[in-house]
Amino acid sequence: MSEDDRPDPDALLRAQAPGRARLKIFFGASPGVGKTYAMLESAARLKAEGTDVVIGIVETHGRVDTAALLDGLEVLPRKKIAYRGIELEELDVDAAVARKPSVILVDELAHTNAPGVRHPKRWQDVMDLLEAGIDVHTTVNVQHVESLVDAVSQITGVRQRETIPDAVLERADEIELIDLPPEELLDRLAEGKVYVPEQARRAIDNYFKRGNLMALRELALRRTAERVDADVQAYRREQRIRTLWPTRERLLVCIGPSPASEKLVRAARRIAEGMHAPWFAVHVEVTGAPPLSTEDRDRVEAHVALAETLGGEAVRLTGNSVAGAVLAFARERNVTRIVAGKPTHSRWRDRLRGSLLDELIRGSGDIEIHVIAPSEDLPARPTPEVAPREWTGYLRAFAAVMIATGIGVFAGPRLALPDDVMLYLFAIMLAALGGRGPGLVAAALSVAAYDFFFVPPRYTLHVAEVRHLMTFAVMFAVGTALGTLVARLRHAEEASLQRERRTAALLAFTTEVAAARDIADVAAAVVSHVEDAIAAPTVVLVPATDGTLSAAAGLQPLAENEMAVARWAHEHRRPAGRGTETLPSARLLAMPLWVGEDSTGVAAVQIERARRRIDLDARRLLEAIARQGGVAIARLRLAEEARAAALRMQAEELRSSLLSTVSHDLRTPLAIITGTASGLRDTATGDDREALDTIVDEARRLTKILENLLAITRVESGAAVKREWIPVEEIVGAALARCEGVLAGRDVAIHVDADLAVEVDPVLTEQLLLNLLENAAKHTPAGTPIEIRASRDGAGVAVEVSDRGPGLPPGPPEQVFAKFFRGPDTRTAGAGLGLAVCRGIAVAHGGRIEALRRDGGGATFRVWLPGGEAPEAPSEAA
Amino acid sequence: MTEPSDTVLVVEDEAPMRRFVRSALTTHGFKVVEAGTLRDAEGLATESPPDLILLDLGLPDGDGLELLARLREWSRAPVIVLSARGREEDKVVALDAGADDYLTKPFGTSELLARIRVALRHARAQQRPDEPVLAVGPIKIDHARHEVHVAGTLVHLTPIEFRLLALLARHAGKVLTHRQLLHEVWGPRSTHQTHYLRVHMAALRRKIEADPARPKYLMTEAGVGYRLRD
Repeated sequence: MSEDDRPDPDALLRAQAPGRARLKIFFGASPGVGKTYAMLESAARLKAEGTDVVIGIVETHGRVDTAALLDGLEVLPRKKIAYRGIELEELDVDAAVARKPSVILVDELAHTNAPGVRHPKRWQDVMDLLEAGIDVHTTVNVQHVESLVDAVSQITGVRQRETIPDAVLERADEIELIDLPPEELLDRLAEGKVYVPEQARRAIDNYFKRGNLMALRELALRRTAERVDADVQAYRREQRIRTLWPTRERLLVCIGPSPASEKLVRAARRIAEGMHAPWFAVHVEVTGAPPLSTEDRDRVEAHVALAETLGGEAVRLTGNSVAGAVLAFARERNVTRIVAGKPTHSRWRDRLRGSLLDELIRGSGDIEIHVIAPSEDLPARPTPEVAPREWTGYLRAFAAVMIATGIGVFAGPRLALPDDVMLYLFAIMLAALGGRGPGLVAAALSVAAYDFFFVPPRYTLHVAEVRHLMTFAVMFAVGTALGTLVARLRHAEEASLQRERRTAALLAFTTEVAAARDIADVAAAVVSHVEDAIAAPTVVLVPATDGTLSAAAGLQPLAENEMAVARWAHEHRRPAGRGTETLPSARLLAMPLWVGEDSTGVAAVQIERARRRIDLDARRLLEAIARQGGVAIARLRLAEEARAAALRMQAEELRSSLLSTVSHDLRTPLAIITGTASGLRDTATGDDREALDTIVDEARRLTKILENLLAITRVESGAAVKREWIPVEEIVGAALARCEGVLAGRDVAIHVDADLAVEVDPVLTEQLLLNLLENAAKHTPAGTPIEIRASRDGAGVAVEVSDRGPGLPPGPPEQVFAKFFRGPDTRTAGAGLGLAVCRGIAVAHGGRIEALRRDGGGATFRVWLPGGEAPEAPSEAA
Repeated sequence: MTEPSDTVLVVEDEAPMRRFVRSALTTHGFKVVEAGTLRDAEGLATESPPDLILLDLGLPDGDGLELLARLREWSRAPVIVLSARGREEDKVVALDAGADDYLTKPFGTSELLARIRVALRHARAQQRPDEPVLAVGPIKIDHARHEVHVAGTLVHLTPIEFRLLALLARHAGKVLTHRQLLHEVWGPRSTHQTHYLRVHMAALRRKIEADPARPKYLMTEAGVGYRLRD
């Protein structure tokens, strides 16, 4: 089987994942095609079939026929949010999750939520609903699809701000295209049947043009067709039909800080989608290049994030040249096509610095290169501000040239012209150490001073001989070259310093955490290192045994809404808050302490309090610390659990050996007394025989008390009971057999269904029943009847032992189960342990016991034990 | 039934206990040999093999189970374990290790003598070839025809029920542990499926016993196993 033949395991998993909530999208080309109507119609059908459908949020925009469809469907109350004096209504995700219907309708997937709601976008709410296992039906128009935004804006001239990532569309299990020919749509519009928001009235004529509508319809149809195609592909993958797939395409797009990159990413996605190819978005950091400005860096991050939302794999590379790094990566990953942008700068820059595109094409070999033109209306990339230079560098340049001139003038004719040149070159060299700027300035000054003071005719800027021009050129060249070299070196040094700092910080953290003895140590280490790296107050939250997060380290307590962000991050195992997609308006960044896919806690960095922004480096360091911290906490947890288990085992062993010693030491003398007395009794007569009988009986009673004491110690020590499925009939039978003697002469009625079974410890449960029967025999007059009855009761079985004796003693019925409680008739009473043992055994099984006054006189003891019908035993086929 | 010349080896470290057992046994015509330690017991057992051994588990120089294991390598003499430990797990371990019966202290002389008689009778029966028809109380098991009669009436049993009943009847009066029953009836790989056993025992009781909730023959030893009372 060749590599390509093998089905992608992820694809198979996706295809087979059962129990995953389904997302159905009603997809339309433009507003007014009737998506909401179609969704409601289908909901009504589902409802009629008995499905639990509720409406999360649906806008009817006052359309009567649509509103009529709402009849008979449950509508969830909306969440009300006060925003700048107006009340906005949004989908209440928590209420929906709590209600947990099978299907929820959520209109307008691309809707942007009011500020203050958990997620900025409605589609994120929908993801939460799906995660909670609720099927979602929703509506989307084609213009909201992220990768089609460019195409749509070219058609309609309106740039859509509300978008949904393509991944959401791909997550859909079903897409139903609601198609309406443009003519009909225009008719409906004319009849006022299409809702158009007030602010869009002006654009309406431009938007709803027949040509536009046709183009949009085509786009929607195509997108749906692609989707169908994808389904067919998925089917092929499952069936391992690969004949139509000779090679696998892989796409790569180069991204940078230019705003044009955004379009590149979208274009790459479109091409990749068309070929069903995986794609990479690559950003290259050139070693030694000046670091990007903060704005540029943010833009690169935005492009990387966009690529990731669109389903691409973002890759960051470092290399000496962009083209080199990209091509090396492309070869390594068998990339077949590279998408690059058409240059926007002048040709001169390419001549001077070399063109990325040229280099790419020259080195591409059999890799195809696609060149994409930037949009015309793109905002020009803002020129980065010139960072304030160190003025000292320029001063030093000036001073060096002055000194060189001074020496030259002072030495006068003792120095020849070439010697003066050497002096100036030395000055330029010194100045160039301050960077390219000072180097150039020194070169210019040197040329001017040399010309003025030394080149004949002296004290004029006039140059008589051409050869001096050569000298000037050399001076400039030296200044530029040296300065550039130094600047590069300095940048490289800075970058490596930064990396070193990061590595050192991480190393220090790892060392500290490795030595941590408990979770508080780890939390403290996380706090101190994050605060070092970011200089913002940080709190580490760790879940307690009941799962609630509480602070384990950090000084600044979190407000309740900040806690909510941390909880979200912990539960969803994704960063949340400032700088993320979830709750970006929060004042903190909550980073889960990952261990693999799981989260062992949260580091909450209170960014706003420190008025800091988190740059990429800091964020990476934070993530690394979070991962290390997570692993350390998980390690400590495991160690703690192991220690606790070992302690429990030791305690168990100790208890068990103590019990067996006590029971041995008490049983042996009792055995000797019983044995010897019973031996003597066999041969004795008259009074002696009676006395020996008493000795034997009392010794037996003592044994019984001893057994009860041991039993109560055993069940109360919390030792786990061994559970087995046993027919109730068998336990009743065994208990009756053991107390045949005491029940002699009584009518014992048994009503136990043969199919009833309990899941209990057989020995303890027999003891329980035996004690109940002996208790009944002891406290009721000889010859009175006893009744045993068992019946199903919820997830268990209720067993009742009833008598017709004097009934329960006065007072609350449950007092009889207290240890050492003895009935009013002290002649018959034992140590008062029998019923206490019963309760202990019932409770140890997760059951309960109660004493009831019986109608018509007498008492009933009712025990509830887990059970019901025993699991099937394999039938006897043989 | 008891043959007067039967020798019983009593292995017990408590002297008063030994004394009571000796007096009970000698009165009923047994010859008694006593040992207080494992070492003595092993010596005596090899020197003149006894007809039956009463074995206390908690001995000063080790656990009685060790002696039992060594003894079973060469002797088939019935062993009744006497122990002050009342735990069912211990009973199961001793029975699975080859003990024939188990008596928890304290016990009376009549109980002790009854168990000794059952054990001796079994030991003798083992040496005789299997009888074609086995009778326990009113239950008659015809091995050749695979038929069971209870008080003269033919009872229809499934193959598993028949094997269960036949096994219990062959060891009538003796406790068979869950493990032993499962191993014999279902095979060596099913020894943990106590649940099957309980289901089939319940079915068997319904066919054999007059009142399955108050069995007279198929007795349950909670946590240990089953015994057919003879």
